Amino acid sequence: MIAVIKYNAGNIRSVAFALERLNIDFVITDNHEEIKKADKVIFPGVGEASTTMDYLKACKLDKVIKDLKQPVLGICLGMQLMCAHSEENNTPCLGIFYESVKLFIPKNKEKVPHMGWNSLSLSNSWIDSSIQEQFVYFVHSYYVPVNSHSAAITNYIQPFSSAMKKDNFYAVQFHPEKSAAVGEKVLLSFLNLS
Amino acid sequence: MLTKRIIPCLDIKDGRTVKGINFINIRDAGDPVELGATYAQQGADELVFLDISATNENRKTFVELVKDIAAHVNIPFTVGGGISSVADVAPLLEAGADKVSINSAAVKSPQLIDELSKAFGSQFVVLAIDARKIGNQWTVHTHGGSKPTERKLFSWAKEGQERGAGEILFTSMNHDGTRQGFAIDPLSKLHELLSIPVIASGGAGNPQHFLEAFLMGKADAALAASLFHFGELTIPDLKSYLKSNGVTIRI
Repeated sequence: MIAVIKYNAGNIRSVAFALERLNIDFVITDNHEEIKKADKVIFPGVGEASTTMDYLKACKLDKVIKDLKQPVLGICLGMQLMCAHSEENNTPCLGIFYESVKLFIPKNKEKVPHMGWNSLSLSNSWIDSSIQEQFVYFVHSYYVPVNSHSAAITNYIQPFSSAMKKDNFYAVQFHPEKSAAVGEKVLLSFLNLS
Repeated sequence: MLTKRIIPCLDIKDGRTVKGINFINIRDAGDPVELGATYAQQGADELVFLDISATNENRKTFVELVKDIAAHVNIPFTVGGGISSVADVAPLLEAGADKVSINSAAVKSPQLIDELSKAFGSQFVVLAIDARKIGNQWTVHTHGGSKPTERKLFSWAKEGQERGAGEILFTSMNHDGTRQGFAIDPLSKLHELLSIPVIASGGAGNPQHFLEAFLMGKADAALAASLFHFGELTIPDLKSYLKSNGVTIRI
């Protein structure tokens, strides 16, 4: 069973619909035991870092997520919250990845948020190599710099991490649930992990 | 590289897709869920669904339709029409909409933009502006373009950005329905003025019009309706034309 973590984030229903379109059984839950028992866990997220971290701490989901041993997929804000710190309201995050999340600073009148479809450069990635250089949908104002755990890199203002992996933790900055057929392949890359 | 976006717009009345020609005549062009899913499959980058018959009675019907769209469409979509409060927006986002567009209600009470962006985030809030050039001035109109206001396009777009709008959807009423091309000059002025994305709307008649909106108008996205709905231009044909003319586009 796949557990989708229920908390005060915006895109949980969108992730649920994407799983339904793939005929995947899942449960949306904030129950600690149910999350710990799941075969895989999806940690979605759209929103602001400090209020979501406060919420996760208040219901003690922060510790539950950090200690998970099965494959966990963080999406968008979920990926950022897996990092050590976010510049968004100077928020300490879960610290699974060591990186700090930074605000995009335009260099040449680029618009922030980075909103729309941009391409993925995969390297040694857990993501299906058939989608190399294909487009996925992004909406974010903060980014994770390129680092030793980057699994895909995208260019906007500068190269940044569009996917990462460390141990059993997988993460994507974009929205696979809104990225048409390419996004479905990314979700399946995670869901088919053995 | 970030791509330019192609956005079919579906006007919804009583659960069906319609398109007003110059905002007046209405023709039926199909089932919104099926049409939306088809556009997504053909390579549309986003969709916009406008509830043009928005009243309190059919608000619930629209929320149900949004759920149905979210279940079947695997690309981002914006919904709008008759939104006038945070309470109107919450059920639409819960139903699975990615963004909401606001228009007349924001002109009437600009504070609505601040409230929505604070409650849900700027990326959820699209400020739609219908403007008509009268003399030398682009005058903002409300209520489907029927009521002129005191507001002017450029100052209103700037104020919208400052209040927290995440995107501007600019429709030129002089161009809408004419099929003679987008309003290029005000688009490029909006690009200079703003730091948020601008969606061009009104006037699309052929692929070259989209190319002009992107290259000369500097638009981030371009929207059209009847041109797509009646199959006069397909999204794959449009996108391959744009790509072969040097526009960064998702194929």
